[in-house]
Amino acid sequence: MPSYSFVLNGKPVTVEAPADMPLLWVLRDLLHVTGPKYGCGVGVCRACTSHLDGAEIQPCVVPVADCVGRGVTTIEGLADGDTLHPVQQAWLDCDVAQCGFCQPGQIMAAAALLKKTSRPTDDDIDRIENVCRCGTYSRIREAIKKASAADHVTRPGQSHT
Amino acid sequence: MARQLSRRKFMVYSLAASTLTLAAPVGCDTSSAEGVEPTAAEAHGTSRVLVTGADEEMLVLEVTAANKVVVRLPRVEVGQGITTAVAMMIAEELDARLVDVDIPLAEARTKGNQYTGGSSSVRSLYGPARALAATARARLVTAAARRWHLPARSLRTRDTMVVAPDGRTATFGSLTTAAARIHRPAVSSKPKPASEHKVIGRPTGRIDARDIVTGKAKYAGDLEVAGAKPTVVARPPTLGGRLVSVDDRAARAMPGVHAVVKVAGGVAVVAESFHHAFQARDALRITWRPGPLASLSDAAIRSRLRAAVPSVGAPPRGSAQVEGEFEFAFVSHAPMEVLTAVADVRADRAEIWFSSQTPMDARESIAAAIGLPKPKVRVHVVRGGGSFGRRLNYDAAIEAALISKAARRPVKLMWSRGDDIRHGRMRGASHHRIRASHARGRVVAFSHAMASVSESYERQGLAVQGGVSTVAAGPLPSDSGLYNFGRISGSSGSVELAMPLGAWRSVDSGTMRTAEEIVVDEVAAELGMDPVVFRRGTLRNKAVKAVLDKVATAGHWGRPLPSGQAQGVAVHEEYGSCVACLVEIDATDPKNPRVTKVVMAADVGTAVNPRGLEAQLMGTAVDGISTVLRAGLHIDRGAVREGSFADFRYARQQHSPLRFEAHILPSRREPGGAGELGVPAAAGAVANAYARATRTKPRRFPINF
Repeated sequence: MPSYSFVLNGKPVTVEAPADMPLLWVLRDLLHVTGPKYGCGVGVCRACTSHLDGAEIQPCVVPVADCVGRGVTTIEGLADGDTLHPVQQAWLDCDVAQCGFCQPGQIMAAAALLKKTSRPTDDDIDRIENVCRCGTYSRIREAIKKASAADHVTRPGQSHT
Repeated sequence: MARQLSRRKFMVYSLAASTLTLAAPVGCDTSSAEGVEPTAAEAHGTSRVLVTGADEEMLVLEVTAANKVVVRLPRVEVGQGITTAVAMMIAEELDARLVDVDIPLAEARTKGNQYTGGSSSVRSLYGPARALAATARARLVTAAARRWHLPARSLRTRDTMVVAPDGRTATFGSLTTAAARIHRPAVSSKPKPASEHKVIGRPTGRIDARDIVTGKAKYAGDLEVAGAKPTVVARPPTLGGRLVSVDDRAARAMPGVHAVVKVAGGVAVVAESFHHAFQARDALRITWRPGPLASLSDAAIRSRLRAAVPSVGAPPRGSAQVEGEFEFAFVSHAPMEVLTAVADVRADRAEIWFSSQTPMDARESIAAAIGLPKPKVRVHVVRGGGSFGRRLNYDAAIEAALISKAARRPVKLMWSRGDDIRHGRMRGASHHRIRASHARGRVVAFSHAMASVSESYERQGLAVQGGVSTVAAGPLPSDSGLYNFGRISGSSGSVELAMPLGAWRSVDSGTMRTAEEIVVDEVAAELGMDPVVFRRGTLRNKAVKAVLDKVATAGHWGRPLPSGQAQGVAVHEEYGSCVACLVEIDATDPKNPRVTKVVMAADVGTAVNPRGLEAQLMGTAVDGISTVLRAGLHIDRGAVREGSFADFRYARQQHSPLRFEAHILPSRREPGGAGELGVPAAAGAVANAYARATRTKPRRFPINF
């Protein structure tokens, strides 16, 4: 079986896997990194949302072969040690989560949005397609606005890219 | 209110242990202290030491030497916030810091109340949890008084410590061994009066929030159980389709495949990863026999439902009628976490890990399915990624146990999203015929006749898949007499089909009360009255009028809006609680309406955690938007057409309100239920707003389907 190397949450990793194995299962089943969740497997619910070189991806539809030599960040790698990323902190401040299952993906989507657009509008936030079956959307909106008001959202290195 | 809970005295027992360990029967279940003589527990909380295993059916509190307060909860956390609410009750009465309170989920028991559903958790736990903690506090204070040779009454508690007048402190953990030996506390062990609450009633963030936002929260699929390999099941294209034959040679030859076994629902593949499992599943060559509904589609189901609606009888002589027929499609629960269960079945014992609202029933059914005595089966209850009623059933757990037994190895079974949506469960489709009869400007009779699809068990194997009966149907919600509508009558029929159905958040009220609230608006229009004014004049209960007034004021009812936009309002009363919802909708494009604002107000008695309650109301608002405007399931020739969130169109951010407000009305009544409360009011308000914005009379839901 071929082996693939990439940087996961700041640390180099190598896995033996079929080339078409989706990154989601590489993360969850081979590397035991379970923050990214399975919700559909076809890139529509976005519960697995993570970052590849700092940009949003859905690991359930990204083959591991596409990640070689690149930086993958999951929810586990978003905080700086014990210091939460401003989006995570805003999530706590606004008590966004209910069941919590989609929230790693929601947070990674929000962090990616803020990296592109430091002051997102309601329309920008509306374009986040991650499903939350508990319906926490209003608090997600509030938390993104709160995080965008925090200064250091765009600090370098936040995504270990 | 429909029901006022009595102020019962809750018994508290001591358990023989080296640390302070107390137990109380869980409320809403009179049989839970069976076999125990509850004779003690008087004013000063003298209590019996239990030497039997009766603690296993109770709520048990332990103060550990490490200064943690641990309460093993006989409920499941699926996002509704019950662990946080219970932690708050405990912290309140113990004067413990919230971070020192741990609420792990109890594994399946054999007796007592371990049911999560019917919006009953806070109601059933509010008494016993506080009684337990108050008793523990009295013992800890007494232990400190003895240690310091000070009068117990002179001591205070705060931050998980006892504090002496001279400033000395002792952590609860340092006192727990001594407190375990105290049976006659020197201070009162009665819970605080509500006027002294500092934690209960204070908006509080979830106790598991940090674990969630850092990805540490563990769901069934995240557990590492030794040897449990990823497992998926190839399922038939139709509901209840049966396996005729399978050629699994190609699948078995694939790398990473550990086992292929036949199960009642299809063919299971156990593999090294879910990628390998899905690939091998897709390589199976299977011939299916169509299920029993293979000739049935939506149109036929709808006409059978219409025909099954009982007659509403003759209207009062001389009255004029406002009538409507309403249809609701099937709706998937579709929790974000698909059904997942880890099972390790051996020859003489079994262990299962999954998220269950009914673990005691599950344990019994699993034991029967795999042929082991119940005491040899352990069911670990895991936090769930949403439920909405779906985890009342334990289909996946039984299936996982059977696969583990057949494959002779531990398995981690996951239903795919396609499995989840195509094979259930669902809220049954329903048809409603409602007639309001009015004379001289008021409603003199109100009739609601309905029929819904109910699950028939003729399809062998469905019961084996955890087909517990859903919550027993109560009287029609309209029977509760929410409105002063004269003669009220209700009746229901059903169409039995072999479909996997299940109670969906708010159960029958989600359709019935929604339809009724639409008719209330239409009656108001017929009488030339404003919907809020009409409701205020006809609602029976002051508390419901108060929540209605609150949303009307806070939501600026009646403010002018451009053409194509409108407000809508609705109310609901259930579980000893009531709620009102005001919605603003922009339906300029009727095919793509946007709810722009939602204002809700609720009276749930004592709101233990207003922040959690607001979250529950927010969720029900999105349920209302989704089920009324967008999300449903079609049945095509015995199969569910939808297969993911791409076509089961549950609301996303772009469909959710830009502004959401919840107002919690102050109350010192004991808590009512809250988790499901908002659904009918939200759905009714969305439908009424849409009707007013588009000048239509919506009759089939979801409207854009």
